[in-house]
Amino acid sequence: MRNPLSERIVDIPFSGIRKFFDIAAEMKDVISLGVGEPDFDTPWHIRDEGIYSLEKGRTAYTSNAGLKELKMEIARYLKRRFEVSYDYDKEMMITVGGSEAIDMALRAMLDPGDEVLIPQPSYVSYVPCTVLANGKPVVIDLKEENDFRLTAEELKAAITPKTKILIMPFPNNPTGAIMERGDLEAVAKVVIEHDLYVISDEIYAELTYLDDHVTIASLPGMRERTVLINGFSKAYSMTGWRLGYACAPEAILEQMLKIHQYAIMCAPTTSQYAAVEAVKNGDADVAEMRQEYNGRRRYLVKRLRDMGLTCFEPYGAFYAFPCIKKFNMTSDEFATRMLQEEKVVVVPGTAFGDCGEGYLRISYAYSLHKLKEALDRMEGFIEKL
Amino acid sequence: MDLREKILTYIEKNSRVDLRDLAVMLGVEEAVVANEMAAMEDEHIICGYHTLVDWEKTSIEKVNALIEVRVTPQRGRGFDSVAERVYNYPEVNAVYLISGGYDLLVTLEGKTLREVAQFVSDKLSTLDSVLSTKTNFILKKYKDHGTVIAKPQDDERMLVSL
Repeated sequence: MRNPLSERIVDIPFSGIRKFFDIAAEMKDVISLGVGEPDFDTPWHIRDEGIYSLEKGRTAYTSNAGLKELKMEIARYLKRRFEVSYDYDKEMMITVGGSEAIDMALRAMLDPGDEVLIPQPSYVSYVPCTVLANGKPVVIDLKEENDFRLTAEELKAAITPKTKILIMPFPNNPTGAIMERGDLEAVAKVVIEHDLYVISDEIYAELTYLDDHVTIASLPGMRERTVLINGFSKAYSMTGWRLGYACAPEAILEQMLKIHQYAIMCAPTTSQYAAVEAVKNGDADVAEMRQEYNGRRRYLVKRLRDMGLTCFEPYGAFYAFPCIKKFNMTSDEFATRMLQEEKVVVVPGTAFGDCGEGYLRISYAYSLHKLKEALDRMEGFIEKL
Repeated sequence: MDLREKILTYIEKNSRVDLRDLAVMLGVEEAVVANEMAAMEDEHIICGYHTLVDWEKTSIEKVNALIEVRVTPQRGRGFDSVAERVYNYPEVNAVYLISGGYDLLVTLEGKTLREVAQFVSDKLSTLDSVLSTKTNFILKKYKDHGTVIAKPQDDERMLVSL
């Protein structure tokens, strides 16, 4: 029989967390700090709208780009929260999570050989999606000494004549790093000078703990070269609803929409109706969750530092990224041993790029009670080392 | 929200939080939190630290009732004096002045139905200013003090996700 598989697909590695999942699933009394989604349920008024839409029998497709009402609300929201304006009709589409939008944007913009700059540590999908879109991923290693922010120098050093796109994964999973306005301005200058495009994955935009998030699309000259990606998963605790959106100049969006139309058709209808309620009346929920996360964040970082770990101050998302280099173990060894000996799950930094070696991603999307117990175990583990 | 309000928001949900942890979460010194809390206790902004109990799961029987009371307000003192006469009974859990069809809402906890009935007929109804009462027995508590009484759902998230 012929080999049924595509070589290109086979060459893409599986994600590095499978092993931990398999070990942890076999154990009892495991406490996980390894989850990349909120612990809150979706606020009831949002769920209620989803249920209501089902009761009313709104179970058909929506238009490819998504419900008009939802897009209009998102346009208002983006203006209100991030001072950026999009034409809901021509420059916005509703996607199946932010993940789909990343894929669509890369596929719409890349020709074979085009290079995509991907700062790491970062979310795991940028590299494989670039490969699937015939592009060439070029990784930029972010550094702890810069608080894992992308600097203009690092960017410049990675640019070649083939560079077309820069991925901007901030606020960042796994590091918790953010980019403040000044940082973004420095990057934007280089982007414009070298005529690059930016795919800005801002799925954690609502979860920042210093100042409000600034979108790079709001800087002068950047709107026309940015695909802005956001969604409902993290801000409104709606991961399972699978709903995100992309905003981009019409010429780019049109092509993304074409792929979406053939590959996806439309985002889930129930989720879209629920999301109207979220974006219209959800600001207070978001503020409440943000405050809760911020308390846990301070607690987690303090505990890690009290254990003698260095941990830069993570001002975004819901992760801390402590350094474990002093124990002379790889991230994978550390995480595996801590799981086996203390039954605590964390994700090795290497799951998010080679430069994550020596770090762990620890999520604080857990109640204080759980966080405390897990950190007590971790403290015990470190004392034994 | 100022610091006091942040403290209150937090401890209203969990009054057993370790003050040291609370201070870390709020980004201030422990002594600051302790001082603010002591001051708020003195000022009676913090009126107590209670425990929410589901007595159904114990062998102790309790009967709870909500009693709607219509009263004649007293010259110069309004509803305050009759409210005071009612709330001084230890079996009374709460007394609220209510807008709408009646005046006072009294929540009552007794050991038996008879005990509640006796309280209403012997003590409450016989007060001079009480015009009428209507007793509603609580059959089941679903949610109390913002907390769902049923056991919370387990964390159904996958153990690891990116």
